[in-house]
Amino acid sequence: MEDLEHIKAPSVIDRYYTRWYKTDIKGKKGEDQCVLQHSNRICVITLAESHPILQNGNKIKSVNYQISAGCSRLQNKVSGKSKRGGQFLTEFAPLCRITCTDDVEYTIYSCIRGRLLEVNEGILERPELLLEKPSTEGYIAVILPKIEESKTVTNGLLSREEYENVLSNRTGGSAEPEPC
Amino acid sequence: MRFTRQSNSFAIILSYMMLPLKENDRPIVKKLLEAGCCARCVLRFCCLEVQSAYRKSYEDISRELCDFIRDAENKVAQVAGVPEQLTEDPPSKKIKLDTAKIDDQSEDESVLVPTVTDQGNAEPMDSDVCVVCLGVLQDFCDEAHATKISGVVKAENYQFDTMVLSVSLPAQLSVREHSCWLHIKKEVREKSMCLDKDDVIPVKEAFKWIMQGLVSKQLGGIPVVTKISRQTEQFEVGVGFTHPETDSDCHFLAGICPDCFRPTKNKQNVFTRMAVVKAIEKVSDEKFVKKFPCPPPRPASKCIAQDVQCLHVSVFVAGRYNKFSRTLPQTPWVIDGERRMESSVEELIAAPLLSSFRAEGFNFSSSGREDVDVRTLGNGRPFAVELQNPHRARFNKAEVRQLQEAINQSSDKIRVRDLQIVSRDAMGHMKEGEEDKTKSYSALIWTHKDISKDDLMFLEETKELKLAQKTPLRVLHRRPLAVRERVIHTMSTRFLDAHHFHLALRTQAGTYIKEFVHGDFGRTKPNLCDLLKTETDILELDVESVDVDWPPPIPE
Ligand SMILES: [Zn+2]
Repeated sequence: MEDLEHIKAPSVIDRYYTRWYKTDIKGKKGEDQCVLQHSNRICVITLAESHPILQNGNKIKSVNYQISAGCSRLQNKVSGKSKRGGQFLTEFAPLCRITCTDDVEYTIYSCIRGRLLEVNEGILERPELLLEKPSTEGYIAVILPKIEESKTVTNGLLSREEYENVLSNRTGGSAEPEPC
Repeated sequence: MRFTRQSNSFAIILSYMMLPLKENDRPIVKKLLEAGCCARCVLRFCCLEVQSAYRKSYEDISRELCDFIRDAENKVAQVAGVPEQLTEDPPSKKIKLDTAKIDDQSEDESVLVPTVTDQGNAEPMDSDVCVVCLGVLQDFCDEAHATKISGVVKAENYQFDTMVLSVSLPAQLSVREHSCWLHIKKEVREKSMCLDKDDVIPVKEAFKWIMQGLVSKQLGGIPVVTKISRQTEQFEVGVGFTHPETDSDCHFLAGICPDCFRPTKNKQNVFTRMAVVKAIEKVSDEKFVKKFPCPPPRPASKCIAQDVQCLHVSVFVAGRYNKFSRTLPQTPWVIDGERRMESSVEELIAAPLLSSFRAEGFNFSSSGREDVDVRTLGNGRPFAVELQNPHRARFNKAEVRQLQEAINQSSDKIRVRDLQIVSRDAMGHMKEGEEDKTKSYSALIWTHKDISKDDLMFLEETKELKLAQKTPLRVLHRRPLAVRERVIHTMSTRFLDAHHFHLALRTQAGTYIKEFVHGDFGRTKPNLCDLLKTETDILELDVESVDVDWPPPIPE
């Protein structure tokens, strides 16, 4: 039974998803996000562990999916196998705005092109999930790329290795955050 | 067989009697023969329902029709006071079509007028291809064609006890049939006001009357019948004809009735038989005769017989299977056109069945399915295989048992039980239970935090736990997004070590177990992470039972 201790190596994310990153989004230093792409092409958008929200030690004051007067991601509805009716997003489409207790507001972006399937309403009620479980229960949204773009949709993003290189250049070397 | 004309009028009368035609059929017969109708088509348009008349040899029918016409002229002679001829071998006046006058290029009907010639040794008139059936009832209704059909059936080595003979005719035959009907409508109505186009014997019908018996005889007496129901007639042999020369006969209908000939994606030819028949029904007689010659123009060639097609109805084989491998998908796993995993449950089961039933293809279905890395243990999962076009369909219980053995011998990754032949309808039972029955699973669980036996106790006490389960991300690309309520009826645990335990679950069918354990980004609520207040993951999953009580168990 001892070797069972070592069975747990790859997590659900390790097993089924590929991690992609986008750093300094819109030129804002440190505003990094992660795209978890499932082998079935579905993408889950999360904060990267280096994002200021997870680094600045503040709590979260609010999460707002109303990204403009006329557009709320909460209104998104998909129906059927083909997910009719979902909002189509480009890589710079804002998904939500997160305000921390220091009153700094951050905008979280789609990072990839695709149809919005769902947003995480769980973080509206429990914003702390963003801090506690940023890469699982604290996810931001689920996006389905077009089938013909499923291979190319992550072209502009960084691999895990490239992301780690960016981070080590920022801090000047040693610190390598654990993937979550 | 035929009566040879003897030396008296009695014999002549007898020979007429062999074709039960009436006095008022005479104008119809004469007009049809002149128009270039074959002898059997003449009988059809006389609405003659006596099947044996069609089964006589073509030559005999022709000769008897000519005699029937000649008799009319004799009667005219009698009326004129000339004594009836009773000579040994009277010169037979034959209607012969003056082929020299036929000009295929011309649409001018005047050149198509046939003449009645007085020739003792006339060419047999069946050298001309019938303007209506295009030769189907002339050249394809004999022993030779029956031999060809039965030869194909024998060569394919089918096992069957009744055979359905089906015929597919070129669509333009309907146009020509209608043209011919309009040509003699007046005479038919003079014979009887009650007769209508529906009373004309269809070409198909006449063909079957002649051929069913001949083919049956060649197959050693196996009944050859007309299709009535799907239940009793299992084996169908199709005979098809084409006639490219006259395909354009139908084209004028598209101009009159464009609605009937809308092109569709999967149809290359819009002039299907159904569409042509529908269009003809819509077109008035006046319009039809303006656009298409009456009687129909003469063809230069006869129909081409297509390959004989044999089709046995599908046989369904059901049973239950175990899957003992975590690297075996249920169905072939193909990603981007590339095969993953070398085999599959359905292939392992179907391969021995395909060769034993000598079937051309199969469809596999089952009561739910498991993931590639999930085993199915216990009593197994109900499945059914449709075997398409089986050349052998009858297996007794011992033979089915041998088949089951053969499947089980072929691989240790799966095992099959309760194998049996079932009806198509019985397959429905398999899907009925799919949604509302209970399923039992056993899973190996990992926990992030250290756990003790006591930490697991409360799971045993948790009954009828309601879950709100969003469509798992792993299947969301092909299933609609929804939140479904599912119930975990009971759970029991077996502690292994500080990070591992076995979890046995009895759940409502349709519960996603993996997502219940790891939470699927919090999309299944509550999940095992919530219950144990630590990250949990599923390392192994087995289906312990699928509680669908079909197919019935077969005692060992
Ligand atoms: Zn004919």
